[in-house]
Amino acid sequence: MSDLTSLTIAEARDKLRQKEFTSAELTDAYLSAIRGANEKLNAYVTVTEDKARAMAKASDERLAKGDGGALEGIPLGIKDLFATKDVHTQACSHILDRFTPPYESTVTQNLWNAGAVMLGKLNMDEFAMGSSNETSYYGPVTNPWRSKQSNENLVPGGSSGGSATAVSAFLCAGATATDTGGSIRQPAAFTGTVGIKPTYGRCSRWGIVAFASSLDQAGPIARDVRDAAIMLKEMASVDDKDTTSLDRPVPDYEAAVGQSVKGLKIGIPKEYRIEGMPGEIDELWQRGIHWLKDAGAQIVDITLPHTKYALPAYYIVAPAEASSNLARYDGVRYGLREQSDDVVDMYEGTRSKGFGAEVKRRIMIGTYVLSAGYYDAYYLKAQKVRTLIKRDFDLAFENGVDAILTPATPSSAFAIDDAEMAADPVKMYLNDIFTVTVNMAGLPGISVPAGLDAKGLPLGLQLIGRPFDEETLFRAAHTIEQAAGRFTPERWW
Amino acid sequence: MTIIDARQFDQKRTVPGVTGDWEIIVGMEVHAQVLSRAKLFSGASTEFGKAPNANVALVDAAMPGMLPVINEECVRQAVRTGLGLRAKINNRSVFDRKNYFYPDLPQGYQISQFKDPIVGEGTVVISVGPDRKGEFEEIEIGIERLHLEQDAGKSIHDRHPSMSCVDLNRTGVALMEIVSKPDIRSADEAKAYLTKLRMILRYLGTCNGNMDEGSMRADVNVSVRRPGEGFGTRCEIKNVNSIRFVGQAIEHEARRQIAILEEGGTIDQETRLFDPGKGETRAMRSKEEAHDYRYFPDPDLLPLEFDDAFVEGLAAELTELPDTKRARFVTELGLSVYDASILVSEKAIADFFEQVAEGRDGKLAANWVINDLLGALNKDGRGIDETPVSARQLGTILDLIGKGTISGKIAKDLFAIVWEEGGDPAEIVESRGMKQVTDTGAIETAVDEVIAANPDKVEQAKAKPSLAGWFVGQVMKATGGKANPKAVNAIVKEKLGVE
Repeated sequence: MSDLTSLTIAEARDKLRQKEFTSAELTDAYLSAIRGANEKLNAYVTVTEDKARAMAKASDERLAKGDGGALEGIPLGIKDLFATKDVHTQACSHILDRFTPPYESTVTQNLWNAGAVMLGKLNMDEFAMGSSNETSYYGPVTNPWRSKQSNENLVPGGSSGGSATAVSAFLCAGATATDTGGSIRQPAAFTGTVGIKPTYGRCSRWGIVAFASSLDQAGPIARDVRDAAIMLKEMASVDDKDTTSLDRPVPDYEAAVGQSVKGLKIGIPKEYRIEGMPGEIDELWQRGIHWLKDAGAQIVDITLPHTKYALPAYYIVAPAEASSNLARYDGVRYGLREQSDDVVDMYEGTRSKGFGAEVKRRIMIGTYVLSAGYYDAYYLKAQKVRTLIKRDFDLAFENGVDAILTPATPSSAFAIDDAEMAADPVKMYLNDIFTVTVNMAGLPGISVPAGLDAKGLPLGLQLIGRPFDEETLFRAAHTIEQAAGRFTPERWW
Repeated sequence: MTIIDARQFDQKRTVPGVTGDWEIIVGMEVHAQVLSRAKLFSGASTEFGKAPNANVALVDAAMPGMLPVINEECVRQAVRTGLGLRAKINNRSVFDRKNYFYPDLPQGYQISQFKDPIVGEGTVVISVGPDRKGEFEEIEIGIERLHLEQDAGKSIHDRHPSMSCVDLNRTGVALMEIVSKPDIRSADEAKAYLTKLRMILRYLGTCNGNMDEGSMRADVNVSVRRPGEGFGTRCEIKNVNSIRFVGQAIEHEARRQIAILEEGGTIDQETRLFDPGKGETRAMRSKEEAHDYRYFPDPDLLPLEFDDAFVEGLAAELTELPDTKRARFVTELGLSVYDASILVSEKAIADFFEQVAEGRDGKLAANWVINDLLGALNKDGRGIDETPVSARQLGTILDLIGKGTISGKIAKDLFAIVWEEGGDPAEIVESRGMKQVTDTGAIETAVDEVIAANPDKVEQAKAKPSLAGWFVGQVMKATGGKANPKAVNAIVKEKLGVE
């Protein structure tokens, strides 16, 4: 970590404007950090050095003229799920072999319009399906954090594992990520970083490779709450090309950072105290409650009675949509094709070879739950559960709750190739137990680091807000951040 | 869904088999391509006949991360069509995904409407006949629903020795699937239904109805039953692309099913194809082989919602439909139902007629349009859009008759000249001296000359007054047909002293 890469976005932004250094220097510092770390951490699947330098140069010219954007000259990493024009965009799947799109996603375009610099594409679980970043065609990402007791390589969480690792290990100033069931918040919690999944419809999904359309939402992973606020402001927008995006003004989220939580009503849902939850997680939660209370927030017990159905319902809805969204990867127009004289053989060969095991599992689950005779029992019922989950939250908010505090994950980061997880996919799915409800209800959720466990690994707390009230989340998360401090891994790589 | 038998049984609609009478039951699903400049969910052009893959947007090719955005004009067209079918318009409808793999279906699913279509039940009135007494029968055919969906692309198998080519120009073009109730009872009714449906769509300007370009195609469901029995097992004949073929397909399919049933067999529910070359249908896939399309609401698209004002606005601007127009021609212009039916058969003909009839005698205009104009067009195999005589020209001809400038007989010659050479009819009459002579002095001179030249005929005529006609003929001949026949008649009679 050089001095330059240790700066937050807010710090670097201000110093760039004061011309203490140039974006070219800052970008070079990151490129060199990536060179020194990526072999071990595998956070980047592509580093766009030339593009980064060219963008930095252009930023410096704008900064020199004093007309830089909000992220002028700030080097960012981009999750491989975002389409980036003429650059590797494969959702870390083999089926998109050598695919480079002739278009740029709305979210990344927004960032470039704000002056940001692209460092490269970040590793992730294949098609964002996974909670450990082990399903990537490009191999697992390694968490920069290690247990005090062992040198075992740990997962950074997933699916935005590359994003979380790159931010945590100072390989970018901030990163884009996406969250379908926890893919921003869980890796953020595992790496001591801040991640926010905004309200469904806050960011455009156009140009983001789809996993589950009704749940997918882009958001940032950043070093601290302020940086997450700065990034989200630039990522968010309404988009004519995504009719599920909402035409609402994007507030100045950064202005919310530092505002007092005094008088805010924070709900504590009893259903999130799950069986077998480690004591450390509960203690962390209690600490969070106290910090907010000490800062003047009012703590109330609430009930979200349908919480226990969220995970099973999620694993019907998400695979159902995925099974259909991934049908386009058929070898006909782009990506991998396993040549055959017969079209059905070509489909089967391409898809067998192109998709990894977890993606295949979800396509099969999704195909099954949508099949004639099963649709009502699974998909329709899951959608009804979804309505009930949403209503649980609506009721809490109607009763005056401003935000809900929960743990972000049921544990800290686990080992790569963890035998238990590998043997039972449901164990892996349980990683999302606290986060999927938020996607099912379309609400904003932020994960903020709150402490370390006994192994010295970071743990996060989650705050869930009203639709389009990300500002309250930034306020409350910042309060926790202030109390908990920031968490930086010791460099071993 | 319970299928209701809306038709009253009528013995005359049965067909005889070897073992007794049978009733044919037909229901149709018509795919009509929406007339719109852009596709249903993309900005790509819908223009027909472009180079392969010239009209393809990123979303049509199902590139990763691309999203559909509804084309509002297609929604308006569907609502207009619904209004034209006198159907219930659903202010909230839902787009679903119909999942299946095919190389010309890039997304791996078709976006369609399954449970909640944009248009619900409606009716189409068809006219069938004439029967032995020369009468036409009006029959109401129920519409079950109309929904919007994407068309697929085209696979081309003969371009390359070992590969198939895919053309995505049609991929994502908006279609309206118009589903009838099983209210059709014969091949003739089916043809009349399709003809009428096409007429309505063309009137509304929501589909060009060109079946040879594939802009309109029909899936025909056929079953047979003994009179009084419930519906039999049906077979679906896919993608029939002409009205004549629909008739042939139904007749063949009904005969095939009757033959099986009369031999004690049963009908397998299956999808069949019509082979126009052989005039028969053949099995394509059985019910067991049918796809499981795994329909579910498309999560990329919110439910399609609009308010009553949107529908009312479209209703207010809706063109006059053929049935209404026909009724108006009969009641307001005094035309026969038969003539009115001919004139409304195409909107362009009706429009032409109305231009001609504007401020003139409706019946006279109808006669000229039907007998002279349409007669001549038919003889040339041309459509109304290719007429060499404009409505304005024909109107002028009618005016010249009305003012007595030319006789009806001269008018026919004038029409022929305008047809061949064009030009202003009034000028032609002037320059070619076709004007009718109404100057009684000139006529008297001509009559005097004929009388003077034929003293014997004058004597005969005095005894037999009907011979006056011969004198009239001679005078007309002498004046080159330009004399006003009425005036000639009167003067001849006066000079001959006959009544």
